[in-house]
Amino acid sequence: MTGVLKHRLFWPSAALIVLLLGNLIFTPHFFSIEIRNGQLYGSLIDILRLSAPLILVALGMTLVIATGGIDLSVGSVMAVAGALACLIVVDNPGLSGVLLACVAAVTLALVLGLWNGFLVSVVGLQPIIATLILMVAGRGLAQLITEGQIITVNSPPYRFIGAGYLLTFPFAVIIAAVVVAFTALLTRRTALGMLVESVGGNPRASRLSGIHSRRLIWGVYAFTGVAAGIAGLMATANVSSADGNAVGSLIELNAILAVVIGGTSLAGGRFSIAGTVIGALLIQALDTTIYTTGVPAQTTQLFKAVVVIVICLIQSPAFRRKVLRTVPA
Amino acid sequence: MAETTPILEMRGIGKRFPGVTALDGVDFRLHPGEVHALMGENGAGKSTLIKILTGVYDIDDGAIELDGEPVLFSGPQQAQHAGVSTVYQEINLCPNLSVAENIYIGREPRRFGMISFRAMRAKAAELLGSLGIDIDPGSVLAGHSIAVQQMVAIARAVDISARVLILDEPTSSLDAGEVAQLFRVIRDLREQGLAIVFVTHFLDQVYEISDRITVLRNGRLVGEFRTAELSQRDLVEKMIGKELSALESIEEQAKPQLRDPSPLLVAEGVGRTGAIAPFSLTIHAGEVVGLAGLLGSGRSELARLLFGADKADSGELRVDGRPVTMRGPRSAMERDIAYLSENRRTEGLIEELTVRENIILALQANRGWARPVPRRQQDELVAKYVEALRIRPADPQTVVRNLSGGNQQKVLLARWLITEPRLLILDEPTRGIDVGAKADIQRLVVSLAGDGLAVLFISAELEEVLRLSHTIVVLRDRAVVAQVENTDAVDANSIMNTIATGVTA
Repeated sequence: MTGVLKHRLFWPSAALIVLLLGNLIFTPHFFSIEIRNGQLYGSLIDILRLSAPLILVALGMTLVIATGGIDLSVGSVMAVAGALACLIVVDNPGLSGVLLACVAAVTLALVLGLWNGFLVSVVGLQPIIATLILMVAGRGLAQLITEGQIITVNSPPYRFIGAGYLLTFPFAVIIAAVVVAFTALLTRRTALGMLVESVGGNPRASRLSGIHSRRLIWGVYAFTGVAAGIAGLMATANVSSADGNAVGSLIELNAILAVVIGGTSLAGGRFSIAGTVIGALLIQALDTTIYTTGVPAQTTQLFKAVVVIVICLIQSPAFRRKVLRTVPA
Repeated sequence: MAETTPILEMRGIGKRFPGVTALDGVDFRLHPGEVHALMGENGAGKSTLIKILTGVYDIDDGAIELDGEPVLFSGPQQAQHAGVSTVYQEINLCPNLSVAENIYIGREPRRFGMISFRAMRAKAAELLGSLGIDIDPGSVLAGHSIAVQQMVAIARAVDISARVLILDEPTSSLDAGEVAQLFRVIRDLREQGLAIVFVTHFLDQVYEISDRITVLRNGRLVGEFRTAELSQRDLVEKMIGKELSALESIEEQAKPQLRDPSPLLVAEGVGRTGAIAPFSLTIHAGEVVGLAGLLGSGRSELARLLFGADKADSGELRVDGRPVTMRGPRSAMERDIAYLSENRRTEGLIEELTVRENIILALQANRGWARPVPRRQQDELVAKYVEALRIRPADPQTVVRNLSGGNQQKVLLARWLITEPRLLILDEPTRGIDVGAKADIQRLVVSLAGDGLAVLFISAELEEVLRLSHTIVVLRDRAVVAQVENTDAVDANSIMNTIATGVTA
């Protein structure tokens, strides 16, 4: 039992489960899942589907944070990628046009990620400043692409990316799952994960051990750009429109939160992909809970903040020790 | 100098940390109007003694008397109030504030409850003037040289009613002119009757400024001496010590006599300004070259140039007869050079990774991320070295932070050994580790050299260097002063003479 308690995914998982169970009080059918028209329906499925973009963004953020950095520009990269994709799809709503849009948008996101990586690893800017540049400029770039308008597209194949179902499963969830699996394989089946943790854990020792930390850090930001680009496709496809201001707004903060809840230290070093996925699900579950339990709209942010603080405190070993000391066991 | 009553007396000071006795029965006394040098090699207990005096640590045994009154400080602030101030090597000031603000921060002169910057500047100017420091008190601290910043720190300490001033390696980053400037201020303060504790590794400076010397070794008091009555040679001997002490149990091993005629690495006039003067050095396969010299004499700086950890700005380096430009550690690693840093924690270990990951790291870095060492091969390699080096606990999945110092050192050794280097640079591999691990590492060096590996062995312990090396390179004040073949004629005495005087005996 103590082994389970000590596992680093115990507390995030427990918090997620408690949150989901809590929903049963307000929504008795919360856990029911049914198939309608060959598609899975249910609150849990909604949470999964809506959390897909956040999972992708948080995945990239996990690696960036593991190197000791941070990427604030992910929301803007989502907006830019989504805007470019919608611009292309609006004139070519067919399947080929959508494919072209996806490739173009993800490529642009890759370039933006490379730009961030260049500033951090070659120029040597502090990550928070380097990515702040694109966080601000990216919104402008997205507005430029959409010419300040909200581009609305009418393309069933494009909508499919965000809202479609494949073999009864939401397509967005499938994409997210594939990217998660790919990242897990990439980091844990090669030496990438260990080298990233090493660079984040002790940059000086890593250099003296012969690790090319520059390339590594560059690559991690590029990956985060791509992940954000795919998330941008999903987010805009889900609503069939691109709003340069709204897409991915403040998602960087949720992503950082998901990473931290998942047990990756902001100081860099050890990271956990599974933890990040749980963290992202937890945040989305919290959002869904707030809507379904009818917390007044004006107080949702406050409510969310309180819950997040409680979760973070419960996860902190120092806090738990303090509480255990004052409460005689 | 007349014998006065000591202002400070520490008697029978003892301090234990888990697993180590840092200080054992140390006496230390300090008279007003004297500069008292506290000497000893790394780990001798100097900083522990100072931290006890300033209340950073509690004492386990002994007593402290200040002005005849027993005192026990609970922290540096309280010590400072009682008149014991410390100026550290890393200046504890705010570089972004002005000189005057730095001197009076926390005790600003006020007028109607508001800080009076004019009064502050005037008082600062007066204070600095009295110490003969000619700078504008309104200027930003960061604009001044380290020496001036150091003096501002001293001015601040003195102004907060210092009777005892502790200077912890104040000169380690100063050039000769700046040192002279600082010493003038120190002499002034001595004239004013301050008692000054001076910690440094530079022998010449000790003889230039100090009246009395207390030497510590391995947490014990070696003795208190008048500087005028102690020769440099005797001082070095007292600091380093001659006895083998606990290491006597190690069997004397014959040094392998094999010499490869073609040199593996040749350095010609390699140097780096401010780190080490240009030196020449040749290392053959199967040869152990020992670097002897006191701390701060440039031993690590020399090693770092050979590994490319720092870039040389003069001279030429040749490996296998071919000129090499070291662009970084990778250049050296590609030529089978490995470097074990003296800073185990900051430059060696990735503390949150496991023993296995730490051992595999350099090999993996060499292969690149895309070609992971297969897990089975990892386990075999790690198991082999855990066994060979007797790493405890023997579980490769242990997080390396939880190992003892000696075992952590062995993990780092294993990291480099599995890369199969031809030249292994060991910087203080035996420092701060227990005797058993020390013996293990010494034996390993002998057997590696027997297998044809070249080893550059750096240690503050002369006996260790003498026992292991074929050739001994002596450093002093950041320059190579001698290179001697380690024949029977060479002993600790002759090396100590060279360290103390800079001349080969």
